[in-house]
Amino acid sequence: MHFLQIRLGGYLLRHPKLGQIFDKVLTPLEIVTKKPLFDCRMCGQCVLHSTGMVCPMTCPKNLRNGPCGGVRMDGGCEVYPEKDCIWVKGYTKSLILPWSEEFHEIRKPVDWSLEGSSSWLNYLTGRDKTFNDCGQTPRSGLDVISKNGELSSD
Amino acid sequence: MTEHPSGLARKLASGLFVVAAELSPPRGIDREGIIQEARLLRDYTDALNVTDNQAANVRMASIPVCSIVAGEGVEPVAQMTCRDRNRLAIQADLMGAAALGIKNILCLGGDHNIWGGHPQAKNVFDLDSTQLVRIVRNMVEEGCLDNGRIITPKPEFFIGAVANPFAPPLEYRPLRLAKKAAAGARFFQTQLIFNVDIFGAYMAKLRDMNLTEKVYILAGVGPLKTARTAQFMAEKIPGIDIPEKIIERMVKTPKAAQAQEGMEICCEIIEQVRAIEGVAGIHIMAVSWPEAIAEIVRRAGLYPRPPAEAGPADENRISPN
Repeated sequence: MHFLQIRLGGYLLRHPKLGQIFDKVLTPLEIVTKKPLFDCRMCGQCVLHSTGMVCPMTCPKNLRNGPCGGVRMDGGCEVYPEKDCIWVKGYTKSLILPWSEEFHEIRKPVDWSLEGSSSWLNYLTGRDKTFNDCGQTPRSGLDVISKNGELSSD
Repeated sequence: MTEHPSGLARKLASGLFVVAAELSPPRGIDREGIIQEARLLRDYTDALNVTDNQAANVRMASIPVCSIVAGEGVEPVAQMTCRDRNRLAIQADLMGAAALGIKNILCLGGDHNIWGGHPQAKNVFDLDSTQLVRIVRNMVEEGCLDNGRIITPKPEFFIGAVANPFAPPLEYRPLRLAKKAAAGARFFQTQLIFNVDIFGAYMAKLRDMNLTEKVYILAGVGPLKTARTAQFMAEKIPGIDIPEKIIERMVKTPKAAQAQEGMEICCEIIEQVRAIEGVAGIHIMAVSWPEAIAEIVRRAGLYPRPPAEAGPADENRISPN
């Protein structure tokens, strides 16, 4: 995948016309597949993988690092009490995924300039990686926990 | 480690059991009222948190109120939510706060507008609370804005965040605090504690993960004013857990004595949380009831407060980056 990202992504960036064609094909394809499956909102920088396969943009607060403190005692959403908190769902699902530790990564702020575009194409071209966190490497909540500490998610 | 410019940070580092409280700005422009409240609470607290449009209702902005109370000798903590500002406005306001001499910033997501005074308003949430912590941390440690631009000098903030030990999923809550600590938060204020058992279990988890060695936890407490408030909070306010026996206690108390009983319960909870290892202090929340804060601090045996002075630097805390 990484190879594809460098070769094809680089090629697409150098040939904007071809990039446009990819965009025309991939964007509708992404909508028709991910909208019914995940209620995808086409933020253009998909993080489903690390959020328990639940789209964080369906959270009324658009949290990328949830859940917030307003989850009701029955697991209901603060904003729409009749609905379940999507982050509670995502956390529960993340526990059964082989990459469950990714849930603890600090996800960067949304790049709103990518909204509506294909996250697949943005991934290939690296356009979803413009945020550099001031030269820091991405961090995870697990970084500050001592190795002796018990982790309920493990 | 050099001495932190924040008085709150220095007091926490000295090992003092800290008393912070919340100050709600007026729904209007009454500067005199703010000054009165600051003078009332000054001697009973080590720091005052000034809320940022709490419960999604318009009040005077946090940062100017912080500046006003600082003029009265109070150590202010400015609250910053993500509900009303995008990343430009947040960074601009933070710069203004730094220029006004504010040294403590508490980062929150904020209550959604749907339950507030302007349900029609656009909910911004350009950032979430963890990302906000990261942005403040990057300004402080790297002198760097969100787009990579460098600012000199760097602002000096002691960065705080909030934690709710009571909201589902309970087993994730300590890990959520860990994530905010990794983002750069150094002190935490919890949601109002009424269920001490759950809070105790939460603190035990934090200790297991060695987090209480790395960040400061201020336990959120507050008095119930009436039995009706207790029932309302338990039913309507999301994320607050009030055990049935506390509500019952309030209901059984005659109306005229309910406020006293509420303060009594609060003092009992303070005593219980003080005994929990790793609790660095308390944060008292009593909306529109500042007299109760002074009374509770006195009754809990936490008065008088020691004067602001530097304590020994605490080497155990994790380095900022």
